Amino acid sequence: MDALFYIASAVAIIATFLMLTRMNVVHALLFLIVSLLAVAVVFYTLGAPFVAALEIIIYAGAIMVLFIFVVMMLNLGKRAAAQEREWQRPSLWVGPSALAAVLVAEVVYLLTHADTRMSGAVALGPRQVSQSLFGPYLIGAELASMLLLGGLVGAFHLGRRIREKR
Amino acid sequence: MATVPMMHALLVAGILFALGVTGLLVRRNILFILMSLEVMLNAAGLAFVAAGARWGQTDGQVVFIFILSMAAAEVAVGLALVIQIYHRFKSFDADRASEMKG
Repeated sequence: MDALFYIASAVAIIATFLMLTRMNVVHALLFLIVSLLAVAVVFYTLGAPFVAALEIIIYAGAIMVLFIFVVMMLNLGKRAAAQEREWQRPSLWVGPSALAAVLVAEVVYLLTHADTRMSGAVALGPRQVSQSLFGPYLIGAELASMLLLGGLVGAFHLGRRIREKR
Repeated sequence: MATVPMMHALLVAGILFALGVTGLLVRRNILFILMSLEVMLNAAGLAFVAAGARWGQTDGQVVFIFILSMAAAEVAVGLALVIQIYHRFKSFDADRASEMKG
């Protein structure tokens, strides 16, 4: 079980390093997604399955979709087709695929060995986290909702001014 | 049952954070700067979760949820700014947006 932690950590570090050395934004995003998935596996091995699920759903899902959406939106043009053809070359996606395959192997191992315990002494699931979040940390949850509202208004405002100017 | 020492988890968080700082300082593409920020926030969250797992408390995971919501708000505003900068300067280069003349 400890080996899973170290393998996932190595995958996260390698993927992050490769992300920083890419020149193309989309390739870097692929490696960043692999890095976030690896950190999710690290969370699981640390006994935090709820946070691991949140990491995949919100970080690797929602936030990365925002990034990809912006990249695709600003990349439309005549060279989009040629770029698309170039992106299909195997050498570009074999790196993220190999790193993701390592993570898939780890998850398959975790699923088939249901008796393996979490690495931490206790696994803290959604129930305990929710009781803490909406108990002593309730004011923090309210402040986070106000922060998200501020982010929503700010993003709307900044996106709106462009349209008026054009 | 052997467990992962907290120091190793903190070490991984530190390495990831250092990589994020390096990317923030080295890359001049504004999208890479935002992605490095994400890596740094993620590393900070990993440190919190590792510490929470060390003491068997949920506080680390709660703080990670706060970091997550902050990262979501930050990336929404940041990407709106990226679109604005791209339309104004026709480039992702952060150095092009260096003059502050209102």
